Amino acid sequence: MAAPPVTDPEVTAPVTPELEHAAGKAEARRGFLIALPSFIYLVLLFVIPLGLVFVYSFATRDATGQTVLEDWNLESYKRLFSTEVLEIFLRSLVLAALTTGICLIVCYPFAFYIATRTPRVRNILLILVMIPFWSNFLVRTYAWRVLLGSEGPLSQLSVLLGGEPFRLLFTNVAVLIGLVYGFMPFMVLPLYAALERMDWRLVEAARDLYADGWTAFRKVTLPLSMPGVVAGSILVFIPSLGAYVTPALLGGARTVLMGDYIVSQFLAARNWPFGSALSFAVMFVMLLATIFYFRAGAKTL
Amino acid sequence: MANPAVELAGVTKRFGDEVVAVNELDLTIEDGEFFSLLGPSGCGKTTTLRMIAGFEFPTEGSIRIHGKEMGLKPPNQRPVNTVFQSYALFPHMSVAENVAFGLNMTKVEKSEVQRRVSRVLDQVQLSKRADARPSQLSGGMQQRVALARALVNEPEVLLLDEPLGALDLKLRQAMQVELKDLQGRVGITFIYVTHDQEEALTMSDRIGVMNEGSLLQVGRSEEIYEHPASRFVADFIGDINLIDVTLNGSGGARLSSGAEIALPGGTTGSETQITLALRPERLALYDLDEEIPAGYNRVRVKVSRRLYYGDVHFYDVDAGIGTEIEVKEENRPGVELYEVGEEAYLAWSPEAANLVTS
Repeated sequence: MAAPPVTDPEVTAPVTPELEHAAGKAEARRGFLIALPSFIYLVLLFVIPLGLVFVYSFATRDATGQTVLEDWNLESYKRLFSTEVLEIFLRSLVLAALTTGICLIVCYPFAFYIATRTPRVRNILLILVMIPFWSNFLVRTYAWRVLLGSEGPLSQLSVLLGGEPFRLLFTNVAVLIGLVYGFMPFMVLPLYAALERMDWRLVEAARDLYADGWTAFRKVTLPLSMPGVVAGSILVFIPSLGAYVTPALLGGARTVLMGDYIVSQFLAARNWPFGSALSFAVMFVMLLATIFYFRAGAKTL
Repeated sequence: MANPAVELAGVTKRFGDEVVAVNELDLTIEDGEFFSLLGPSGCGKTTTLRMIAGFEFPTEGSIRIHGKEMGLKPPNQRPVNTVFQSYALFPHMSVAENVAFGLNMTKVEKSEVQRRVSRVLDQVQLSKRADARPSQLSGGMQQRVALARALVNEPEVLLLDEPLGALDLKLRQAMQVELKDLQGRVGITFIYVTHDQEEALTMSDRIGVMNEGSLLQVGRSEEIYEHPASRFVADFIGDINLIDVTLNGSGGARLSSGAEIALPGGTTGSETQITLALRPERLALYDLDEEIPAGYNRVRVKVSRRLYYGDVHFYDVDAGIGTEIEVKEENRPGVELYEVGEEAYLAWSPEAANLVTS
């Protein structure tokens, strides 16, 4: 039963339908007031700016490159289908998918390990997962520049073993390493949450019904942890697709990704309408991916 | 099969260095038997069951199923199936998929799987709900799915871990009868873990009573109920009066009030403290001027409480021995009731009593 509505404690008259109705309305009003600050925040700083970007994507530029809010057209959207843009898009998609896939493969066993420890050990491990957040992402990405550079320890190790010095920095592999590194916690945490809720008796039941350890995992543990897989994948895929810092610092000039491409349109090229259109295209793909993931996740449950 | 269904020999299970969950258990369960492990929570009965299933391994000892040593075999390589306390039905599978799980794992042919699943669902009257998810079923139905999921594999031994615990009383009683009938029909050995003594008494061929990791007594329901071997068993199974008496050397005993009573024939010893175990339904109250059957013990008591249970009346009577004695009288037509404060004779046949030590 729902909790009785908190009403004016002064009213002690017998309850009538009108009084009961009024109390319900007061309750609804109170709920709205509680949500109001975040509502205002979201409208002011998210909905309105996004609307502006949307409007700009249909604008034109004058001879000096200045954006003018007239002659509304679809030129920027047409340009999305140029080979250059499609190539960048495809590269970003592949990289985001690879990042998501690698994170999933690396993090699932780890999340499984955490979820099956005693509560004490579990908490320590979770704190360890979150420690990277305590230092700045930019600083950590710069650290990777050192590690992956031609003077870095990886290259030195190769020389020590009699090989050639090499440099991963400014390649797609470097970007991939950086992205996987950066977004790993976003995969671990939802997976952990899903596995921690697991009813391990179900796994016992599967083992009892002649499933070996691997089959029990495939038929019971994995399907039941799908909500975690879906949430983690979305949390990694979406920021990977739009990532800016990592590709900008670790990627090469020839391997432009969506994130830095959009930034370059707004800053270097000063093509705001095109930058806006690109932003919306990325958002559209993210929306599609999210719907796809949720559908796929819902099917297993 | 000539070998007993399950043999436990010297089975001990320790968790860590201090907790002894099961202590040197020796037990033989015959083929086709309905055997109950009965005891309070934490007595080691579930751990014993889990060791037979293969979810836990004994620290020491041997578990054989139809003569085959189980050793460290994982659950999937043991010829047993379990009905879990909370049913543990797979929430992401339909009823039929749940039931088919074990058969699919053992590579039974598709058509055969279908045939057996539909037959067992028919048996538990769930054919119409084959496509439902477990969460859409009532507790009783889930229970039957769990049973069907285990039975469809035709295991050599079926392990049941308090399978009726979550059901309400009426349903539980109906399921008790159903389970017992089912066991008779399929002829599979059932090992049934419960803390409910009534459940154990009504269903089992034999009962093993456990406490603190040890098996205290094994026997048929009547043996356990009528002739408990220890104070714990007497106290745990059903209602019972435990009265401390002193043997008087002439086959009788003295209550702490000084009253002399006769004991079951063949009792010897004198000046030894011993406990008399008396079932409330074996006691009767008589008017002070009423005739009492010859040879019965009689003790003068005062009624201190009367409780009406519908089918029976419970009396607490004071015999001047420090604790009150409970008497259970059937609510027959014309039964004479005693009022609180009334004096009466408490009488019982000497053979109805049991002497228990420890």
